[in-house]
Amino acid sequence: MRGAWQGDVHGARSLQWRGKTLESVAEFDSVGLRYGTGAEVLRDLDFRLANGGFYFLTGPSGAGKTSLLKLLYLAQRPTRGRIRLFGEELSEAPRDALPAFRRRIGVVFQDFRLVRHLSAFDNVALPLRIAGTAESEVENAVREMLAWVGLGDRTGARPPTLSGGEQQRVAIARAVINRPDLLVADEPTGNVDAEMAHRLLHLFTALNRLGTTIVVATHDVGLIGATPGAQMIRLEGGSIADPTGALRNPPARPAVEGQA
Amino acid sequence: MKWLFASPAERRLLSGGRLRGPTPWVIAIMSFSIMLIAASGLALANTASLLGSAIQARYSVEVPGGGRDLSGLLQAVKSTPGVMSAEAVPESEMRRTLERWLGPAASSADLPVPALINFDLRPGADLAAVEKRVAALAPDARVSAHRESVKPLLSSLRLLQWVALGLVLLLSAAAAAAVVLAARGALDTNRSTIEVMHGVGATDMQVTHLFQRRIAIDALMGSLVGAAAAAVVLLFLAAGAAFAGQLTGGATLGAKDLVILALLPLALTMLATLVARSAVLATLREEL
Repeated sequence: MRGAWQGDVHGARSLQWRGKTLESVAEFDSVGLRYGTGAEVLRDLDFRLANGGFYFLTGPSGAGKTSLLKLLYLAQRPTRGRIRLFGEELSEAPRDALPAFRRRIGVVFQDFRLVRHLSAFDNVALPLRIAGTAESEVENAVREMLAWVGLGDRTGARPPTLSGGEQQRVAIARAVINRPDLLVADEPTGNVDAEMAHRLLHLFTALNRLGTTIVVATHDVGLIGATPGAQMIRLEGGSIADPTGALRNPPARPAVEGQA
Repeated sequence: MKWLFASPAERRLLSGGRLRGPTPWVIAIMSFSIMLIAASGLALANTASLLGSAIQARYSVEVPGGGRDLSGLLQAVKSTPGVMSAEAVPESEMRRTLERWLGPAASSADLPVPALINFDLRPGADLAAVEKRVAALAPDARVSAHRESVKPLLSSLRLLQWVALGLVLLLSAAAAAAVVLAARGALDTNRSTIEVMHGVGATDMQVTHLFQRRIAIDALMGSLVGAAAAAVVLLFLAAGAAFAGQLTGGATLGAKDLVILALLPLALTMLATLVARSAVLATLREEL
């Protein structure tokens, strides 16, 4: 198994690609995105996500946060500009090349996107099985992960029988089970109580300390305030506000402080 | 056969069980029809072959008017080099044959019946030698090859063989079209699952494998059910000797034909599997 959640803060990774240590997980150069023949929803995006960084993506509704996340998790191609992920130019990469990169990205969708007819266990196990992990390893990793998000007794439950908060926790467990290099989360704490939000943030922070770059789209000011060291990306009208240039040329590995 | 196997976890990924929806039943009907048509085509081929070989070397000497002493002519034909056997057809037998079409009038002495000598010529022997001897003894007699007279029948049988082959191909194409529709329907039903699979890094081949396997099993079950039903019908028909005689002229299906028929359900399954694979891959590639 490539990296099920172990909670070990001493195992921080440096991101390697073709023998080089990467400073940036993602690089956007003059990226624009439009759907069909409509106006551009994202314009002239120029930024880099430092390897091991923790970012909050904020902005008003309709600013383009979800579209930007789609570009990050390779569900959408830019209509112009260049995107490099993990050191590889992927804007026009062949379709067959994308799965290998998607396996390095964990995604928490706002609407969870769980497979309704699969149990919580099978939903969380999906990334591991897709990656070809042995079933014996899947069993332990998934049970441990579900127990950690407080669903150890609901492994056989199907999503329609779970509450919104439980579904969200299953979605988060699925996103982090493979210990991704990049975790992208769209309003991950929107349906959970304060205590669970704190635990999930702790999980994200711990993952970040292990080397995973985190991008969380959120309106939750409290969440941002509880994560010292995290950087904010503010999106307005499809453009990023970056007056200091810190997003264009980020300092290497700005990992966040540990959570209490 | 890897496409038929999947882990329990893979099997759970697609919603819905087997034998749901019309696909297996459509394929069963196609398989049933293909088997019967193919069996008929093969029986026709055997009949044409049997008939063709039986009359390949057979010739007739027809003497208009009849009522003559044919012994001299028969002797002359028999003694010609290359003639293996020869016999005169009795006039009574000729009239009995004509009775099928003319009724009792065929027995009337007023009806002139030609005299007939049938003979078999060794392959490669010279027919002209026989014609020369016949012409010397009976200048108005005519020598004809049986194969010429049944040539239209043999042509019709061969045409029917091609028609049967065409029908088998058309039905296979219809089965393939049904599989394409079934594959697209299954993709639509499971679209959200596919999106999630792609999102966590599944390749098109991993997704395709699931659908290909599902459709392959449906097609295999449908094909076998259709083939089994067709086998029952064929056995029933074969048991009716009269029908078999009319249909095939006494020809039966040989071991080679039975092997071909047994392979048809598997061929249909392979076709369905390949078509499903292409349809699913093509649909997936229309996406990002």
